[in-house]
Amino acid sequence: MNGLNDTMTYRVSGSGESGMDVEKVRADFPALHQMVHGKPLVYLDNAASAQKPRIVLDTLQHYYSKEYANVHRGVHYLSEQATQAYELAREKVRAFINAGDTREIVFVRGTTEAINLVAQSYARPGFKAGDEILITTMEHHSNIVPWQLLCEQTGAVLKVAPVNDAGELLLEAFEQCLGPRTRLVAVTHLSNALGTINPVEQIIEMTHAHGARVLVDGAQAVPHLGVDVQALDCDFYAFSGHKLYGPTGIGVLFAKAELLEAMPPYQGGGEMISEVTFEKTTYADIPLKFEAGTPHFVGAIGMGAAIDYVTGIGLDTIAQHEHSLTEYGTQILGEIPGLRIIGTAHHKGSILSFVLEGIHAHDLGTILDQAGVAVRTGHHCAMPVMERFGVPATTRASLALYNTQQELDQLAAAIHEARKIFRL
Amino acid sequence: MTDLRELYQDVIIDHSRNPRNFGKLDAADRITQGNNPLCGDKLTLYLKVDENDLITGVSFEGIGCAISISSASLMTEMLKGKTLRQAEELFQAFHGLIMGEKTPDQDAGLGKLKVLEGVKLFPSRVKCATLAWHMLHAALEKTTQPVSTE
Repeated sequence: MNGLNDTMTYRVSGSGESGMDVEKVRADFPALHQMVHGKPLVYLDNAASAQKPRIVLDTLQHYYSKEYANVHRGVHYLSEQATQAYELAREKVRAFINAGDTREIVFVRGTTEAINLVAQSYARPGFKAGDEILITTMEHHSNIVPWQLLCEQTGAVLKVAPVNDAGELLLEAFEQCLGPRTRLVAVTHLSNALGTINPVEQIIEMTHAHGARVLVDGAQAVPHLGVDVQALDCDFYAFSGHKLYGPTGIGVLFAKAELLEAMPPYQGGGEMISEVTFEKTTYADIPLKFEAGTPHFVGAIGMGAAIDYVTGIGLDTIAQHEHSLTEYGTQILGEIPGLRIIGTAHHKGSILSFVLEGIHAHDLGTILDQAGVAVRTGHHCAMPVMERFGVPATTRASLALYNTQQELDQLAAAIHEARKIFRL
Repeated sequence: MTDLRELYQDVIIDHSRNPRNFGKLDAADRITQGNNPLCGDKLTLYLKVDENDLITGVSFEGIGCAISISSASLMTEMLKGKTLRQAEELFQAFHGLIMGEKTPDQDAGLGKLKVLEGVKLFPSRVKCATLAWHMLHAALEKTTQPVSTE
């Protein structure tokens, strides 16, 4: 497999502030080059899922057609090839988030499964009635509901730390929520509905000072920010492949080895055992203890290719490009009468969530779609956030490394058109 | 954009901005809740039905997109003075119109509701247009469960 042949070719001098050649990047993504309702696609729904670069598609094709057999089983050639590639993908993930050990990288279906795994294998066995789990107002449903289920099962209590009107976590109030019964804090790194980047380093420090553990939901963060789980000292970090330009159905749970070792398996089956008799089964060592059944190893290998792609361009370069795009988008959307951006945190990712006076998000979504502009409308699986800001729904444009200022101009033009259609 | 002009006709914009029969109906004897989780629409429908199965009072309240609010508003306008049976027939006819299954004789009773026909070109919006109608259907059946489009 030929990876990124020359990563430096993505950096060109004098091609805008970010120094990234966006047109060259766009050429790597086949899905971007299509017409929707007769208009060139403007894909601004990256927080829901990102498009895939050709290297990821080629990798999937290659492994299914040339090097495919089940992993960790056969002594035959193909099985060994697949096993090697799978474990190499684990190493790529480890390096990507700077974990200390590949044994701390568990492959799961996605962020949701990672959080459920922690709720059921880490929290459920040890949490008692009255123990507390602390989350924030801005969490995605996937970082709310698993804890509610756990509370029903154990009698633990879910507490919620508030945010201010900009959508920033109120750190003092957060700290006040920490108490002697706090066992776990589960917090998003980057809010999918508001774009807020949380000060996870401080959150982890505060929480550890109270003797509790921290899970960070990194689903939105990993495609845009460099993550170093050792520097953060976080206990659990969860993310998905598909938002990181990788395949669907594959994700990662990072957990400190000492925690994984003490946790019972999440599911039972093949792959996760050492020895099975009808009397007693001993489990495989971590991380395989948590990977029952045939894993989605081709997905993991594809995710490894996506990580190579992203790191080849450089997360700093990507972040810079997305930051300047977000600033431009904030400016031109701000010029549209009646448009109000929801989520105006000082430290913010490339998410532009907004409401438009006189046009419901769902109507706007339909009109933008007809203009070829793909955005998300609705509550973004974060109904409590909508409640906090007193809006039923927002329209969300979420930007990725391949988006351009011109696309944001098309978004703005389509919003102006929507206002005309609504006689505003 | 022609399809969009067809979808967002003047009548629809007007009813979405100034919904008729909007608010709580204190005398209501049938109250139905409905929601469309996909886009956050939430409506409540109030009906007052007399001993002759005649709808003597109808109103609705809630939040929603232009399609769901205008559809609910237009529906309430049509319902007053109808019998339960006529209301059910109207539900069937409207459903056929939006799903593109209408027959000529059903057309007759629909009147102004025909402005919503453009919705059939936008499958993702059918649930918006039919939310209030499914709530009506539930009210006619005296279902107490809230209506959800999911």
